[in-house]
Amino acid sequence: MKLIKSAALVAVSSLITMTAQAGTLEDVQARGELNCVVTTGLAGFAAPDENGRWEGFDVGFCRAVAAAVLGDGEKVKFIPSTGKTRFTLLNSGDGDILFRNTTETLSRDADLKLTFLPINYYDGQGFMIRKDAGITSATQLDGASVCIQTGTTTELNLADFMRINSINYEPVAIETNEEGISNYSANRCDLYTTDASGLASTRAALEDPSAHMILPEIISKEPLGGAVRHGDDEWADIGKWVVNAIIIAEELGITQANAGEMAMEAGDNPSINRLLGTESNMGEMLGLDAQWAVRAIQAGGNYAELFNNNIGPDTPLGLERGLNASWRDGGILYAAPIR
Amino acid sequence: MNQKAYLPGEHPNLPPPSSIIGPVAWIRGNLFSTPANTVMTVLIVWLLYKSLPAAIDWLFIDAAYTGDNRDECKARGSGACWAFINERLRLFAYGFYPIEERWRVNLSFVLLIVATVAVLFDNLPYRKYGLYFAMAFPFIAGWLLIGGAGLTPVPTDKFGGFMLTLVIGITGIAASLPIGIALALGRQSRLPIIRLFSVGFIEFIRGVPLITLLFVASTMLSYFLPPGTSFDLLLRVLIMVTLFASAYMAEVIRGGLQAIPKGQLEAADAMGLKYWASMRLVVLPQALKISIPGIVNTFIGLYKDTTLVLIIGLLDPLGVGRASLADTKWTGLAYEVYLFVAIFFFISCFSMARYSLYLENKLQTGHKQ
Amino acid sequence: MSEAVLPRRNTISRLWNDKESRAVIVQIIATLLIFGFFAYLIRNAAINLEAIGKGYSFDFLTQPSNYDINQHFIEYTSRSSHLRAMSVGIINTLLVAVCGLVLATIVGFALGVMRLSRNWLTNKLAYVYIEYVRNVPLLLHILLVHGIIVHTLPVPKQAITVSDTAFLTNRGFYTPKPVFEPLFWVVGGLIVAGILFSLWFTRYAKKVQDQTGNHYPVFWINLGAIVGLPLVMYFLLGNPITWDTPELQGFNFKGGMVLRPEFIALWLALSLYTASFIGEIVRAGITAVSWGQTEASYALGINRGRTLNLVVIPQALRVIVPPLTSQYLNLTKNSSLAIAIGYMDIVATIGGISLNQTGREMECMTIVLLLYLTMSLLISAAMNWYNKRIKLVER
Repeated sequence: MKLIKSAALVAVSSLITMTAQAGTLEDVQARGELNCVVTTGLAGFAAPDENGRWEGFDVGFCRAVAAAVLGDGEKVKFIPSTGKTRFTLLNSGDGDILFRNTTETLSRDADLKLTFLPINYYDGQGFMIRKDAGITSATQLDGASVCIQTGTTTELNLADFMRINSINYEPVAIETNEEGISNYSANRCDLYTTDASGLASTRAALEDPSAHMILPEIISKEPLGGAVRHGDDEWADIGKWVVNAIIIAEELGITQANAGEMAMEAGDNPSINRLLGTESNMGEMLGLDAQWAVRAIQAGGNYAELFNNNIGPDTPLGLERGLNASWRDGGILYAAPIR
Repeated sequence: MNQKAYLPGEHPNLPPPSSIIGPVAWIRGNLFSTPANTVMTVLIVWLLYKSLPAAIDWLFIDAAYTGDNRDECKARGSGACWAFINERLRLFAYGFYPIEERWRVNLSFVLLIVATVAVLFDNLPYRKYGLYFAMAFPFIAGWLLIGGAGLTPVPTDKFGGFMLTLVIGITGIAASLPIGIALALGRQSRLPIIRLFSVGFIEFIRGVPLITLLFVASTMLSYFLPPGTSFDLLLRVLIMVTLFASAYMAEVIRGGLQAIPKGQLEAADAMGLKYWASMRLVVLPQALKISIPGIVNTFIGLYKDTTLVLIIGLLDPLGVGRASLADTKWTGLAYEVYLFVAIFFFISCFSMARYSLYLENKLQTGHKQ
Repeated sequence: MSEAVLPRRNTISRLWNDKESRAVIVQIIATLLIFGFFAYLIRNAAINLEAIGKGYSFDFLTQPSNYDINQHFIEYTSRSSHLRAMSVGIINTLLVAVCGLVLATIVGFALGVMRLSRNWLTNKLAYVYIEYVRNVPLLLHILLVHGIIVHTLPVPKQAITVSDTAFLTNRGFYTPKPVFEPLFWVVGGLIVAGILFSLWFTRYAKKVQDQTGNHYPVFWINLGAIVGLPLVMYFLLGNPITWDTPELQGFNFKGGMVLRPEFIALWLALSLYTASFIGEIVRAGITAVSWGQTEASYALGINRGRTLNLVVIPQALRVIVPPLTSQYLNLTKNSSLAIAIGYMDIVATIGGISLNQTGREMECMTIVLLLYLTMSLLISAAMNWYNKRIKLVER
């Protein structure tokens, strides 16, 4: 009986987690695992592969944070979320950090009590439609049925766009991207709308991608970034500077392959030295060690590598860098300096 | 005609005429007794003729049982593609439970059968120890499934499939039984405040849909916990499911309590038994016995309701099926998935319903002299 | 709590051993515990909300909702308030619940009668249907029906049509919409008058029958008053209804009325599922009326139809109504599963999109719970009233 009692105690206590009041960083380190909220499956951004291993652009950032904080990019528990559950998962403490192609907005920042990390993907909302519908512009959509994920900014943008252009339409609310694909491919709706990057990903997953096109109109600004809960600035700083480090690594030519080597000893470029911890310990200011950025970069590479491996021109998604090119190459990707 | 005269009592027993027994008579009596009946019969036979062969073709004859993806499957047969179900069978059974730890699920299942047998059959040897074991079973199973204390811990988000259905269903029913008894007694209590609280709780829970309670579990329950504590999502769901089931359980048991004649309680009073003693020794044993069919029915309802957890992101069999449908290799096989899950639920619920019916009949004869 | 052996005990145990005072003590303790527990929960919530800087306020309800809803029976745009969105959700829930109740009752009674049929095939068919449907989770039925509608019905361009006025597609069932001209209201007034007349007439006929034994053909007279006269008037006024027929324009049909796939799927699945339970209830109710009652009625020379009407059904209803009530409640509550297929009911509007766009989990869930509670209580009250009316009047 005693054995059973203690077994029960162990079982129950492992379900209830007492988190120390101290802060998210300590919690994560004590747990030895980062809880990262991602989407339920959006090819290229975050989706489990055949072996159940999560892969993608957003996943890459999760792994980079885990590598910086815990020293191992594999120590991540991915929490799949719908557009509706994502913030609740973060605010209830189930997730430590969120990378789920989430648009930064004022109300989310102030009212939903999120702290956004630097933008890691500049996106905009578009429409996907069957080619045989013979439509060339989003202004010809009168009377169409539009599939749309609920609980997203796209839902609000769509309502605004349609109202401003006086277009009548039938919104068909769906919960997840999979349901969206299922409804769209069954022709329950004429259009599927979400961020252009998401459309590219969805289109690649359709049976015959060439039968579908993405309309030229981009109807909104969708700066996508990670987010953490309000109220833990130290933790927000870590997320913020891991993202910045990944972006800066591209500018400085530090890659997954050469980061370790370059961190062996200080070089001529003080920017590189500061990032890789060979000069003035920046990691300590964040509550981490000096090698934090090296590990973050080694987890999945710099921004260019993350982009090209997951969503770039050579992947099924085939997205161009466009706005997301580094500011030196004509894009608007511009990270604050590490100094 | 060779007429033979018989004396009274000498006539041999003749078989009944063929219009009373035999297949022809049966068909005439049961299928064509009136014009309206004839029309019905013809209509139904025609409907079955139209639908049954096509259904059997799709289900079995034209179905494909092997293949690595949808196209291969469809090339082998124009009917159902069972290869998909076959490939995902383990996912349906265990969810994402780690492969090397699945023996723990299997062991728990075997122990569950042992515990169930001990509870259901009352003429087994050593039944007393069996009952002790059944009482300890939820804790043992919890330890086996979650791990800790010597076993590798398995996070509950890896739970899924039929295993999750059983975990939620059985925990819900086992934990709700004592709460349900307490609530039922509270509702019958002569203390007005206790009665008020019990009625309030029962009517509140019965007045709202389970899905909203699950939403409460997933969105706002964490706010009510002491600052800095967080419950596992599965635990939160279990709490809500238990509360939900206990309200229904309370009503079932109240029915049982009301069926006990007042004289029983008065007799217990006369014997000098106190409230708890008379409840424990006289009223509850009888009331619970009468309530067993109702309890089984509540369990069936709860068992079916476990599918709702997919809406808040837990992967029960239906959730596993829906997630599998998103696999681009196997798109468009919804019917196979739904049918498979439906058959699973049908078999388990139907057999439980039969058992409950059997009990009901058995108990009824016991009470009607 | 051991038996009192010693004559003298201290005050506390004396209070405890006294039945009356113990009752008071137990209740005070229970009250304190329960209120304490709630106070503790509220304290936690207050601290937790404070920590992330959220309040508890219903101000957001008057803010524009900013999202569109496809099925709305009251004026609604994305500029309308969250409160308005909630009202749309309530109406959609009520719509599917009421339609579901009606269809479930009809199909359920049909199934119950089929189960009692002496035709073996009819009986077994109903049995197989009932057992299959009620042993499979409702959510599965909803998803399956929705899947069948969306995946197997044709797209609007290849719609199945009924004489070019009604169209069946995977985007819904389009039917002509009646447009009432002003003169129609004369007919409408006549229908209302007919209903009032028949209510009075039924009572009057009963009174006459009770006093004199004379029997009026109540049903036919009422039918004439409610349907016959208005119908005559309708044609006299020259068909004061025009029909707005749906037409294929661009992507979809325009005009007319539409039952969307989400509504149809939820409605059918809910009704057919609940009907299987109602079927069993009806069967049990009718078998509960002993055959002797029917025989006695025949012996009195009462004909078959009136025996059913006056002897069997009133007694069967007494057995049927209480469990029927709980089935009606279940159906209403189960309509919340709408969220699985995107039908915009209470849970999907205020408890779904509004909750998510505003981040007001507490407030939105409070509203949703209260709404369902109110609906359940209203249905219970109505059915209890009806149950009391048909209850056996004991002398």
